[in-house]
Amino acid sequence: MISLENVSVRYSGARSDALTDVNLVLPPGEFCLVVGPTGSGKTTLLGAATGHIPHFTGGLLRGRVLVGGRDTRTNPPRELADVVGTVGQRPMDGFVTDSVEDELAFVMESLALEPAVMRRRVEETLDLLGLADVRRKSLSELSSGQQQRVAIGAAMTAHPQVLVLDEPTSALDPGAAEDVLAALHRLVHDLGVTVLLSEHRLERVVQYADSVLSLASPGQPVRYGSPSDVLAQSLVAPPVVALAKLAGWSPVPVSVRDARRLAPALLDRLAAAEPAVRESPKASRPDGDDVLRARGVWQRYRNGPAVLRGVDLDVGPGEVLAIMGRNGAGKSTLLSALQGGLKPERGTVVLHGTPVHTVSAPARRRLVSLVPQEPGDLLYLDTVHAECTQADTESGADAGATLALLGRLVPGIPIDTDPRDLSEGERLGLVLAIQLAGGPRVVLLDEPTRGLDYAAKHRLGEILRDLARAGTAVALSSHDVEFIAETADRVALISDGEVIADGATAEVVLSSPTYAPQVAKILAPAPWLTVSEVDLALRARERQLPDEAARQPPHEVRR
Amino acid sequence: MTPGSLLARWTATRLPTHPLAWWIWALGLAAAASRTTNPLLLLLIVAAAAFVVVARRPLTTWARGFRAYLIFGLIVVAVRTVFHILLGGGYGETVLVWLPEIALPEWTAGIRIGGAVTAEGLASAVYDGLRLATLLVCVGAAVTLADPRRLLKSLPGALYEAGLVVIVAVSMAPALIESAVRVRRARRLRGTHARGFRAFRSIAMPVLDQALGRAVALAAAMDARGYGRIGSLTAGARRISAALLLAGLLGLCLAGYGLLDAATPGAVAVPALAVGVVASVVGLVIGSRRMVRSRYRPDRFDLRSALVAACGVAIAALFLLTEISGPSVSYPSTFPLVWPQLALLPLLGIVMAALPGVVSTPVESPPGEAYLAQALSTQGRPESIDSTQGRPESVGSGTVNSGWVRRR
Repeated sequence: MISLENVSVRYSGARSDALTDVNLVLPPGEFCLVVGPTGSGKTTLLGAATGHIPHFTGGLLRGRVLVGGRDTRTNPPRELADVVGTVGQRPMDGFVTDSVEDELAFVMESLALEPAVMRRRVEETLDLLGLADVRRKSLSELSSGQQQRVAIGAAMTAHPQVLVLDEPTSALDPGAAEDVLAALHRLVHDLGVTVLLSEHRLERVVQYADSVLSLASPGQPVRYGSPSDVLAQSLVAPPVVALAKLAGWSPVPVSVRDARRLAPALLDRLAAAEPAVRESPKASRPDGDDVLRARGVWQRYRNGPAVLRGVDLDVGPGEVLAIMGRNGAGKSTLLSALQGGLKPERGTVVLHGTPVHTVSAPARRRLVSLVPQEPGDLLYLDTVHAECTQADTESGADAGATLALLGRLVPGIPIDTDPRDLSEGERLGLVLAIQLAGGPRVVLLDEPTRGLDYAAKHRLGEILRDLARAGTAVALSSHDVEFIAETADRVALISDGEVIADGATAEVVLSSPTYAPQVAKILAPAPWLTVSEVDLALRARERQLPDEAARQPPHEVRR
Repeated sequence: MTPGSLLARWTATRLPTHPLAWWIWALGLAAAASRTTNPLLLLLIVAAAAFVVVARRPLTTWARGFRAYLIFGLIVVAVRTVFHILLGGGYGETVLVWLPEIALPEWTAGIRIGGAVTAEGLASAVYDGLRLATLLVCVGAAVTLADPRRLLKSLPGALYEAGLVVIVAVSMAPALIESAVRVRRARRLRGTHARGFRAFRSIAMPVLDQALGRAVALAAAMDARGYGRIGSLTAGARRISAALLLAGLLGLCLAGYGLLDAATPGAVAVPALAVGVVASVVGLVIGSRRMVRSRYRPDRFDLRSALVAACGVAIAALFLLTEISGPSVSYPSTFPLVWPQLALLPLLGIVMAALPGVVSTPVESPPGEAYLAQALSTQGRPESIDSTQGRPESVGSGTVNSGWVRRR
């Protein structure tokens, strides 16, 4: 259905290829997952498959790309609209019309289909994607999960043979992501659509995939095959694969369900062990005045419903607090209120005995700093160096302090780079350095893991843990359960503007199947959260029982 | 058709009023307003427009702007009056008040600052301002009643692309504001105190960057969804149709100006209108053949919509008749100042203008029901597509008529 023959892509002005010599033949009806670290050319590969590259972006494409038998050399994307549908990361950016039905019909209007056919397909798509209730709503009123399903539907109404999706669930909470993926799964099963999908959070997608295409850094060969074969040797792998390597399972299971069947043996080995209990933050927190304390915070949209309904929340020094909840549950608003940029309608947020919103902005920057959802919003200068110098001035730090911090957080960024040219991980690092320059007591991060690959997430987790060890209070909002399981001491669950659960990470995430990490699901009911916990326990056991360990098959080096 | 069956058809159709009908109605009101300075008539036109808007305003965000047009109209009247008081010539005899006059040099002959304020001058200024305000309110009523996005669906195919560009540009504005708010908040997170140009630059740069990014993303999405697929028309024919269309639109503009501006003789306006209409229709027809598009649930021009449009035409015609038969009603004298009069003919026009508030399809029912009724009535009876003859081969018949499940 899609075939790439010796495809290489080089963007104009670039010194090296973004994609080198890729060969791939994707049979009809296959769900293929594209994996690889940031910068490995995932987006480039997807763009090449839709004709977006080079018709829209420029650059040089060598080799041949055939989609549904049509050569992208002679067919620009608009002429391929009836063969291939495209779904991007941010559905709102691609919406042309204002209402759900019109959006679904747009591509069919372009293809000049008969009105009766259009009508029927719109109805079918509404049912298939579970959008019938919202058919007449304005697109901006929908939740992000619904918006993403509309975007998929808008591509599907043309009845394309191929659907190409670039990180379709990266902005979604776990529940909404499940909905979107279930809808995709149904398309693959019922209609035999060929799907090419890229995603960073493999744990969400991999169980749906028939095959995996693994991209390494440009120049390295591409690997394509069954998920368990490819992921077993891939640089990036979901926790279930990492656990399988640790336990020596073969073939490597890729879904929680498969892994659970192999789990009893591992559980036996872990029987006596207990996960190293992280210090209970509530107990250890000094009840001093350096705790950021929100009491009864109430906030509403202008003329709208209340977003926060009396939130009580503390963030103490030395802890990492994760705030979880559905899209639109009020997490971002809560973080703004905690930072003090937003004066709560009712209630207070107090640090050192002062309501934070009364502190002047420059002084507050050195007290409580917030990294917003779009880190790029904070950047406005031409070079990394200029941004760092500016941050020194703003925060009253010594000259060069921010640059030195950046060097520790993300080494190796050339200082004359334009911040817009940085990768997501590097840009986040730069913004973190800028926001940490003043040595704030409290650091707040709004969805920091969006668009980060496993390596970058791991690095971010280490940075946050280091900050906490140094006595800073860290609070972050996130949908990424695996990241939270690795990083957070405490989790607060927000729903409908209220805190519905607040406690140690294990306690909160284990009580909900939506928020449980993969390892917890596999090893349930034992309270293990992460691969590294299991790893530590196994090693400790090996030390205790060298004889028994010798009888076990040697396992692979863990990540 | 018996009156009974007509009534039955009348009550059966619940189609939303066609946006074009609202625009014709509103332009009729505007044409009438431009044909008079009688403040009573102008106020009655505003009242009729407001009545219809209140009765038939859709429940969308677009429709909340009418009040702004009314306020804007008041501002226009106020500004016109204030300027007259300060700068206006003090003709007339009924001096209301003396303002201190500033002596100006000889060469500014004709301009005065201050001086006598007369009732006659004031009245003529208010009449003028009121006329302009009424035109504004008429446009406001059209925008309120007919969502521009729906109007796009009714545009001829040749204008579709241009229309879509306008609509997309309009919908970009809220996104731009949102991103400006976000970036401003981010600036405060960094604790900067920049003011003036530096602050503007620090906000404008990321906002423009994001707007550009969004525009490129949208263009890519539209491209991927088949926007701008090539039709079968040759390059020559496309150029001819574009030229015709442009000439036609120009003609329409000139003719419209002639109709609205009382100073242009009818001998010029009418032929210009006729030529403009013909040229634009020919251009649209040829140009539309180029478009390989169909329409999803197009708005239909039913009896009620026709009536709404007719009401607009009626008030324009009646005011024109009034102007010809009784200029003293249309243009009440301000020197000597007399109380403006009313006559049967324009009053009839006002009634016609307010009629759509009663006869057009009401919106009390949720808009969905109207859509549903329309959907049921079009089922199995395909509407004519813009241009079926221009469909290229690449849209294979297999794709066009296949059901949802392809292989079975």
